[in-house]
Amino acid sequence: MAKYLLKRLFYLLLTLFIVITITFFLMKLLPGTPLNNQAKLSKSQIAVIYQQYGLDKPVWQQYLSYLGNILHGNFGTSFQFSDQPVSYLISSRIGASLQLGFQAIIVGVPIGTLIGAIGAVKKNTWVDTTTTIISILGISIPSFVLAVLFQYFFGVKLHWFPIANWGSFIFTVLPTLALAVSPLAESARFMRTEMVDVMNSDYIELAKAKGLTKIGIIYHHALRNSLIPLLTVVGPLAVGIMTGSMVVENIFSIPGIGELFVKSVLTNDYPTIMGLTIVYSVMLMVVLLITDIIYSLVDPRIRLTDKG
Amino acid sequence: MENAKNILEVRNLEINFNTYAGTVRAIRNVSFDLRRGETLAIVGESGSGKSVTTRAIMGLLANNAVVANGTIEYDGKDLLKQSNRQMEKIRSVDIAEIFQDPMTSLDPTMKIGKQIAEPLIVHKGVKPDKAREAALKMMEAVGITNAQERINDYPHQFSGGMRQRIVIAIALINHPDILIADEPTTALDVTIQAQILNLMRRLQNMINTSIIFITHDLGVVAGMADRVAVMYAGKIVEYGKADEIFYNPKHPYTWGLLESMPTLDTDAEYLPSIPGTPPDLLNPPVGDAFAPRNKYALEVDLKAEPPFFEVSPTHFAATWLLDPRAPQINPPEIIVQRQQKYENERQQLINADRLNHHSAEEDL
Repeated sequence: MAKYLLKRLFYLLLTLFIVITITFFLMKLLPGTPLNNQAKLSKSQIAVIYQQYGLDKPVWQQYLSYLGNILHGNFGTSFQFSDQPVSYLISSRIGASLQLGFQAIIVGVPIGTLIGAIGAVKKNTWVDTTTTIISILGISIPSFVLAVLFQYFFGVKLHWFPIANWGSFIFTVLPTLALAVSPLAESARFMRTEMVDVMNSDYIELAKAKGLTKIGIIYHHALRNSLIPLLTVVGPLAVGIMTGSMVVENIFSIPGIGELFVKSVLTNDYPTIMGLTIVYSVMLMVVLLITDIIYSLVDPRIRLTDKG
Repeated sequence: MENAKNILEVRNLEINFNTYAGTVRAIRNVSFDLRRGETLAIVGESGSGKSVTTRAIMGLLANNAVVANGTIEYDGKDLLKQSNRQMEKIRSVDIAEIFQDPMTSLDPTMKIGKQIAEPLIVHKGVKPDKAREAALKMMEAVGITNAQERINDYPHQFSGGMRQRIVIAIALINHPDILIADEPTTALDVTIQAQILNLMRRLQNMINTSIIFITHDLGVVAGMADRVAVMYAGKIVEYGKADEIFYNPKHPYTWGLLESMPTLDTDAEYLPSIPGTPPDLLNPPVGDAFAPRNKYALEVDLKAEPPFFEVSPTHFAATWLLDPRAPQINPPEIIVQRQQKYENERQQLINADRLNHHSAEEDL
């Protein structure tokens, strides 16, 4: 197990290196410069600033010095927020995003799983059709459309929740709901497919021949076998929410990293873009690793080995 | 055996399937009895209705199946009239089933000990630790070595043959009156087949259960069955004691089946087969359904369905060839040879028995 984890850690770092490299050069291809909005600056002033930040050097030199810096744990300072270190910028904002993402998963996945399971058990009835419609709507309506609708109905019309901003738990309700719809729909769809498969399998037939009741069959045999594959999608779904929440965070004016990411790209804030890319990549890879570990714990057929 | 009591009586069973193409008449007036302690083999091609018949007995017909007629009487009850609740109580306790593919019939994420114990816990309310002990005993009975260590293993840790032993253990843990074995050895290789068949025979004696053995493989039937029913196109066309079916078959379809069964002493130059395919059961043919594939078919076969003719008090066949008015037709060469060979063997056996007073049972 330890050997396996070490190996995974190595691959994680390798992947991270590749991601950093690709993002760095792609980012440099973006049109504009960090000083786009500073029309008042003279050419010589710009040159001074460029020199100060090392932006006057060839791109490959900038790349090497960036790699050197992050090896020393230095992610640079932000361009847009005067002289704030990127590490501070991210760490002060990541909490809000994590909280939203976590809440959205906690709300969305269990409800989605339940809906999917009900759809599978009541296959080809109106119940199934209803659940399928719910999941198709949930997948096809973008979260930011829902965000605005929620703001309008629950905020403006009904005054149940604050329309925007960040503060106590009540502020998180609407953005959480907006974000929860997609994991809800995804897991409902996945669970239905998976469970229909399981319900048609030979071992469910054997369970029937054992004289188990329908509830007994579902509870003892069908659920567990359909839930295990669901695990594989929950992890990436969670990360998807974190990255997908950029627009939603903007709509609700939530000081999270999604909102920060959008701003950094718009202002060519190179160090912040890089920092956030690294954060998102690490999150995705760690989640995948955790998923694999959990999978090996709950599925007896899967054991982690050093091979492969 | 002949006077043994019937434990299951299937009478005039007719089952249709509603499909988009129309009504498929899968089972067309099937009747048979199962006696206590015997093994009845139901033989036939794919689609002949063997499995549908057993599904009906288990009360596990597909949703689009309609029982148009008939009764299945067990223990004074018509199983076809039982509610799903009542059938749940009958399954496993009175009638259990094992399936064709042991690789997929076990729950991949449940320990096998728990899977074997489950019917005991569900039906008899046995406490889990007691049920575990029973499961352990059953594992030993079906020949799983190191049962104590393996009780907590998962299905993927066992080979196909071992998994089928586990499935058998599950089926027999409640000592059912009837065991339905739906092609239990088809997915296994030949050496394992023999082991599983031996095991089933041994356990049958141990817990005195009756077996309905579904197969398309007459070779498997030979060593297993007391009686054989041959099914074709949703009907039973011939039934009788195993010896009667093997060595004195009367229905041309049975001849075809036996001819196409390779044996060790046939010259393996050429293996006969039955030409054509089974009829479309959406519109079953008038007359004998086998007639179009039957080189011995008479004119009457295309007009009227043959009734059962009695060959012996235990042996019946539905073919017009047995009508007194029908022309005398000799069965194929292979069948005749086999009849003679059997006669010789029987004589030898009787002689051997006289010599050393050993009962054949002992060698089993």
